[in-house]
Amino acid sequence: MDILLQQIFNGLVQGSVYALVALGYTMVYGILGLINFAHGEVVMVGAMVALAASQVLLSAALPPLLVLLLALMAAMAVCMALGFVIERIAYRPLRNAPRLAPLITAIGVSIVLQNLAMIVWGREYHAFPQLLPHDSHTLGGAVINDVQLIIVLAALLMMAGLMLLVHRTRLGRAMRAVAENPSAAMLMGVDINSVISVTFMIGSALAAVAGLMVSANYGIVHYYMGFLLGLKAFTAAVLGGIGNLRGAMLGGVLLGLIESLGAGYIGDLTGGFLGSNYQDVFAFFVLIAVLIFRPSGLLGERVAERA
Amino acid sequence: MRFGAKFRPVFAVLAAALLLLPFAIDALFGHGWVRIADFALLYIMLALGLNIVVGYAGLLDLGYIAFFAVGAYNYALLSSPQLGLHWPVWVVLPLGALLACVFGVLLGAPTLKLRGDYLAIVTLGFGEIIRIFMNNLNAPVNITNGPQGISMIDPVQTGGFSFGTAHRLFGIEIPSVHLYYYLFLAFTLLVVFVSRRLENSRIGRAWMAIREDEVAAEAMGIDTRNVKLLAFAIGATFGGISGGLFAGFQGFISPESFGLMESIMILCMVVLGGMGNIWGVVLGGVLLTLLPEAFRHGAGPVQQALFGKSIIDPESLRMLMFGLALVLVMLWRPAGLWPSTQRRRELTDEDDDVVKQEQDTVYDSNK
Repeated sequence: MDILLQQIFNGLVQGSVYALVALGYTMVYGILGLINFAHGEVVMVGAMVALAASQVLLSAALPPLLVLLLALMAAMAVCMALGFVIERIAYRPLRNAPRLAPLITAIGVSIVLQNLAMIVWGREYHAFPQLLPHDSHTLGGAVINDVQLIIVLAALLMMAGLMLLVHRTRLGRAMRAVAENPSAAMLMGVDINSVISVTFMIGSALAAVAGLMVSANYGIVHYYMGFLLGLKAFTAAVLGGIGNLRGAMLGGVLLGLIESLGAGYIGDLTGGFLGSNYQDVFAFFVLIAVLIFRPSGLLGERVAERA
Repeated sequence: MRFGAKFRPVFAVLAAALLLLPFAIDALFGHGWVRIADFALLYIMLALGLNIVVGYAGLLDLGYIAFFAVGAYNYALLSSPQLGLHWPVWVVLPLGALLACVFGVLLGAPTLKLRGDYLAIVTLGFGEIIRIFMNNLNAPVNITNGPQGISMIDPVQTGGFSFGTAHRLFGIEIPSVHLYYYLFLAFTLLVVFVSRRLENSRIGRAWMAIREDEVAAEAMGIDTRNVKLLAFAIGATFGGISGGLFAGFQGFISPESFGLMESIMILCMVVLGGMGNIWGVVLGGVLLTLLPEAFRHGAGPVQQALFGKSIIDPESLRMLMFGLALVLVMLWRPAGLWPSTQRRRELTDEDDDVVKQEQDTVYDSNK
């Protein structure tokens, strides 16, 4: 029982991170119909910047909580700028090109970011300083620590904020209008280009938060961390129904749960033939299964069949 | 490929050059570069296989290296001490091709309904699944030997003739790398030939029709499902053959050789060279094998000379250049360095006239 609960806790924590990153994919896809392949690397850059900032600030002997906030702001600022630049350079010139072209530039951008990070920060794993309390709490026989609680709460807050932004503000209305029909939105006086830029920046800011969360949770930062995370978050977005914000959140949490429960029980299910080292396979099986049986995802209303 | 009589001398010169190339490379740059030439040929085979899927049929496959892996592991398991098997190469290579083909269909069948970018992600996931299994199938039953990989794989050998050792022919000592060069050259030419014939066949035109407009292709009576499956199957087969040769040539394989980066590199060869054009893809394969090697050998010393120490890891620099090249080529030359003549041919005067005539008659009837 307590193992089950523990796996559920772990899944929720991991799922919250997936959900935040998935939001970035889904927002861009909803508006441009483009898989922003480089989004995972933005998460990594966010984590790296947060690491660099907190190292500098800690050596200035500031209190940890303040360091955390400042590092978060630095990471968000850098990632927003990065998202803006990526869209401007790699996607905007190709907006009317064949579908594969922007996907290939996205892969290119992803490789460039990864290797720039490797050149700047090296190949080694970096330890992320403990800025948050790590006290553990026992809940019904399972253990959860402060960092993990904060991750789940922060993710919920960010999502609530995003929902408000999209459904209650002028900007949000413009975003929904562009997603619905770009040319009609333009005729109604929506500045499409700036809406798209802002969308990229919001997604990147969420990615920065997610990057900080992952590094705070595991205490490790690495130039390659964004790749798999991005892939899984994309899976989460597809699972929930890509282009759908609630779907991304649901998909993220579900994928987190599937992974942790799967990794926890696969050994028993297969009689010890497959172990928890197959954890990463689940995401891909889920992805393939969803695309085959329900291509529009769990909450996706329309089958996005354009072009 | 029907050239006029005046092309025959050019052909003869080209053939002689290809035959003498390993000796020239050996004399000029040394043994290591003949090895690199061998790898270039392997990569050209892979790129041509992927070209069928991406270039002809327009299906973006980001997990292509999985078929290479299937071919390589098939060879490694059936002719190495790992399982104690030493099957003849005549069985192992075709089996690898067949196995890769089956995997191609297995991947293709459920994913054919998907649109371009979804397909890309699913194939990527498929590639990763294969790699993860190769990496972990060492316990509880040791099949693939996990991350350590399989070593001491038998060289390609048949009827007492081994490509793994030097031979004397006509009084000339021919080292093993040279022999492999000729073997790979033969296979590469075969793959080029098959690609070439496919391109101009009914199937090839069906692929291109699907690439340009799937709905229209279906309306024209093309069985899009089977034709797309065929593209996956043939592309995978080339990958499987190439993988088997790779295992025999290297003598050692590990899951590390079959990561996403390798898939992307092969995709780069196809895209940078020119999707859908065989010679463009060959050019892409040659450039992307040689340039990074040159980079690897050159970047360190150049930095030494300029700054007195190696500031940037040549490997990162190499990948950085890859990424930049992908972005820049897509922005400025979306059709690649040596694009397919297909579109150019479609836009020649002759065809224009036909279109114009058709339009004229349509407009005339409206009057």
